[in-house]
Amino acid sequence: MIELENVAYSYGGGELLTDMSLRLPPGSFHFLTGPSGAGKTTFLKLCYGALVPTAGHLRMFDKDVREIDRDGIAMARRRIGVVHQDCQFLDHLPVAENIALPLAVSGQDKLEAQADLKELLNWVGLSSRANAYPPELSGGERQRAALARALILSPDVVLADEPTGNVDWDMSQRLLRLLVELNKMGKTIMIATHDLSLIRAAKPHVQARVLRISNRRLQLAGADL
Amino acid sequence: MKDYLAAFLDLFGGDSQADRVVPPTGFTARLTLFTAGAMAFLAVFALALSLASGRLASNWRDALAGSATLRISAPAEQMAAQTERALRILSETPGVAEARALSPEEQRALLEPWFGPDLPVESLPVPQLIEVRESGQGYDGDGLRLRLQAELPGAVLDDHTRWRRPLVQAAGRLKILGWAAILLIFGAMGAMITLAANAALAANAQVIQVLRLIGATDAYIAGAFVRRFTLRALAGAALGMVVGLLAILFLPSASAEASILTGLGFQGLHWFWPLLVPPLAGLVAFFATRWAAMRVLGGLR
Repeated sequence: MIELENVAYSYGGGELLTDMSLRLPPGSFHFLTGPSGAGKTTFLKLCYGALVPTAGHLRMFDKDVREIDRDGIAMARRRIGVVHQDCQFLDHLPVAENIALPLAVSGQDKLEAQADLKELLNWVGLSSRANAYPPELSGGERQRAALARALILSPDVVLADEPTGNVDWDMSQRLLRLLVELNKMGKTIMIATHDLSLIRAAKPHVQARVLRISNRRLQLAGADL
Repeated sequence: MKDYLAAFLDLFGGDSQADRVVPPTGFTARLTLFTAGAMAFLAVFALALSLASGRLASNWRDALAGSATLRISAPAEQMAAQTERALRILSETPGVAEARALSPEEQRALLEPWFGPDLPVESLPVPQLIEVRESGQGYDGDGLRLRLQAELPGAVLDDHTRWRRPLVQAAGRLKILGWAAILLIFGAMGAMITLAANAALAANAQVIQVLRLIGATDAYIAGAFVRRFTLRALAGAALGMVVGLLAILFLPSASAEASILTGLGFQGLHWFWPLLVPPLAGLVAFFATRWAAMRVLGGLR
């Protein structure tokens, strides 16, 4: 799926990430931890092709990211669902249309899409908020809407950047359950979070690898948790 | 080129969802409509000017080509004999279809604007004028001048080239200026639409970011902006064209003299030329917006 080999990323003369090697096999579940500013978001951006490594090799779906053109990156992103902490929406479109945007962008059949959308809205518990506009949603509802949008194309990989950052404990547990459920469906999941309690809460339900970014390097951190 | 063609055809196919991803932007919409309308209005006038100049140049060329004037200056007692001789020379000159001496009444009529109606032409040493019409093949002007110089030293052949050429040249240049103005108008329209598109793209940076994140291609994102700006430019230019045509229609009609001011307008099939203005404006908007969008998108990953 996504494979990093001695990847480094520099910006403005300074190296932000160095010597990172990782393989995200199908159906795996990873947590990525580290203090704020450690480079978790940068790492995820590398994984979905928003940034290009300055050294090493990063392969997305068996292709080196440097050899993928702009359209190729767009196509790859249809196979990678991304959820950001500050989930961005098109505020002038209702929630349902925002969630269905990836379908429109990829030119999928509208009738079939309607059925998928309805099912997904139900699954994330937003059926009653389908016609609301994003600014009217609470933090938890926004996170669930972002997750629904990331999933509508049934991607192979879901990358979530601090998905529980703006929600209370109950909502973070609910989101975590959704992500675990997705993993059980065979999706590859990576969650970047600084919230160690979230990782502990997930432990009984899923077999996850816990990685930590420390001193610009990627380390296996499972023993600490 | 294939990308451009596909994007252009996509304009007519449309994608209502893609159109909805860009939020309505009142400011850039009004700016594009106004710019396209104003520029189309000016383009219609520039087109009218250019076509009228071309017509005028052609009229002057046709009216004055093929005619010449022979002016005979001689003492009064020799005037009749020299006139007769000149007419004989002209009748023997190949390429001269007709030569006719102007009557005193006709000469008086020519001088009337300067000297009034009571001028006693007969008692004044006014040169005799002979109107010369050439046949289709034309005559040898230099040869005729040499012969006249030898046989009638007081005769001067004026084939109007001296003052016809600068007039035709001036009208020709006016026509070129008209076309240059049209090019500049469309160039300015392109520049303004590019600025408006850039403003819209900057205002919608978040929309673009979201679309890239969910896997939209550059063509999809650019298409949403291109469609919007092209259709606005088309609508604005159509309105500007109609107003321009109405303004031209209500201009004073051409007089017999067909001066440039009274002759400004369209004639016959020329009335269809302004119909090209809105599609051209749409084309300019299409390329300007696509260029602006691709430039902005090229800077994002």
